[in-house]
Amino acid sequence: MSIVVVSDLSKVYPVAVKEPGLKGTLSHFFRRTYRSIEAVKQVSFEIQPGEVVGFLGANGAGKTTTLKMLTGLIHPSAGKVRVADHIPFRRKPAFLQQITLVMGQKQQLIWDLPALDSLKINAAIYGISDKDYRQRIGELTEMLSLQGKLNQAVRKLSLGERMKCELMAALLHRPKVLFLDEPTLGLDVNAQVAVREFLREYNQRYGATILLTSHYMADITALCQRVLVIHKGQLIYDGGLDDLINTFAPYREVQVELAHPMSETELSFYGEIEAVEGLSVRFCVQREALTRTVAKILAELEVLDLSVTDPPVEEIIGRVFSTGVGS
Amino acid sequence: MTVLRKARVLLTSYYAYMLEYRAELFLWALSGSLPLILMGVWTKAAQSGQFGLSSLDFTRYFLAVFIVRQFTVVWVIWEFEKEVIEGRLSPRLLQPLDPVWHHVASHVAERFARMPFLLALIGLFFLLYPQAFWIPKLGNFLLFLIAVILAFILRFLIQYTFAIFAFWTERASAIESFWFLLYLFLSGLIAPLQMFPEPVRNFVLWTPFPYLVHFPAALLIGLPVNLVQGFLVILGWGLLFFVLNRLLWRRGLKQYSGMGA
Repeated sequence: MSIVVVSDLSKVYPVAVKEPGLKGTLSHFFRRTYRSIEAVKQVSFEIQPGEVVGFLGANGAGKTTTLKMLTGLIHPSAGKVRVADHIPFRRKPAFLQQITLVMGQKQQLIWDLPALDSLKINAAIYGISDKDYRQRIGELTEMLSLQGKLNQAVRKLSLGERMKCELMAALLHRPKVLFLDEPTLGLDVNAQVAVREFLREYNQRYGATILLTSHYMADITALCQRVLVIHKGQLIYDGGLDDLINTFAPYREVQVELAHPMSETELSFYGEIEAVEGLSVRFCVQREALTRTVAKILAELEVLDLSVTDPPVEEIIGRVFSTGVGS
Repeated sequence: MTVLRKARVLLTSYYAYMLEYRAELFLWALSGSLPLILMGVWTKAAQSGQFGLSSLDFTRYFLAVFIVRQFTVVWVIWEFEKEVIEGRLSPRLLQPLDPVWHHVASHVAERFARMPFLLALIGLFFLLYPQAFWIPKLGNFLLFLIAVILAFILRFLIQYTFAIFAFWTERASAIESFWFLLYLFLSGLIAPLQMFPEPVRNFVLWTPFPYLVHFPAALLIGLPVNLVQGFLVILGWGLLFFVLNRLLWRRGLKQYSGMGA
């Protein structure tokens, strides 16, 4: 039985349109004109219990709108959603007890109080017994390495610690379905890794289902076997992560810091050049040729620094879209 | 039991929150001193003119107004407006508790946090004006307590109802600013209702305003009031705003979600 069922889901927003300038402002004040924006168009997919699914798409592609429909914050314009056997928009307590939504750029903890106070409030709201509360706090504190941080005012915590506390507050009622919107946004690499590790462990320990959006490819590769790609409101890919990367991003970016300037002609000998800025050069290298190319660069050129990275998610999505592969 | 637990936890947490702002609380308590300024004006005036109230009555009246104001300060509209505009309402909507209880808890907790300052200010007042000191009759005091709690509830209900307009307009607090003007003149904040011309007073007594300030204040100092009419009018307006509030809340949520939550 699928825990998330979405069929032909659509959302149309009215958006007020305003022309620039005084004339535009005046006519906007007296006679507002609205334009409809189709944020999500006929999206269909299912998620099985315990799956970790990555939800990819450029800014404004419709990810957040879809998450909001799945959690019941907004009403779909058309189509059907069922999550944990409930219709989300009714927001029945029995449904709310089973889900959580974490938005990386929004926080629910009370800023001036220690996180423990907010956690206590959540425990009361969700009707968690004192015994369970203590046990879960202990467990989550350990999983998130938050020892000693919970009784400091939230505003005094670092961004990473704050995000971990947010996760803790969002998971205290032990939801079955987690919707995470950019949970690692703005975090440094260490904190990103910690959050990722935690989510993986949480998923394995409790069999929770996770639907996660992120701009960081590493989040997706570390956690998700399956990804959904949404572009301009339409679902354009639903399948394994390996297939997505191999098919649409069969290359890596190699960033090289040179000791001496070199001409592009000389450099092009080592691979396809993406950009040259003074002494730093970015190559685009096919995966199969990666080891060979890097070895060659290191052997033949005087290199100060070299790094290999995945292309940005947007770029992959752009490729998926332009290749026109449907779900 | 779970309701009691929720209430207890919310109250203690928000009490802790309010104590983080001790200095601000003190300033807030002081900033409610408009009645004390008016007290000076009216007691002076009462010495030279005929108002039906002595200057001692005025002194006590405005001290009572000051106390009532301390118990009925409401700011939910600004908080709610911010939550809607910044989108912080969304996560609250995903919890199995109506978001209004957070506001109720923070207001009630703030009353307790403010209490020591209030008591200190009252003490200071009587030190400076010992001749104004009085002890209200027990019956009056109990009626005052009920009336002041009802005044707070009514004021909260009304302001929260206006606050819900934040779903449609970004500046719901403008409604409150306009309403406050009426409140200022009709509630007894600027002058006791006894000062109003008879027909005006009779009309005003059917509006919610005098019950937000004048009614509890008059009870505390023992001025004559119509108890039955008073409590019935409070109940009537309270019910009206409650129904309106729930209706607007439901429609507002639809609007909120329609615009993208």
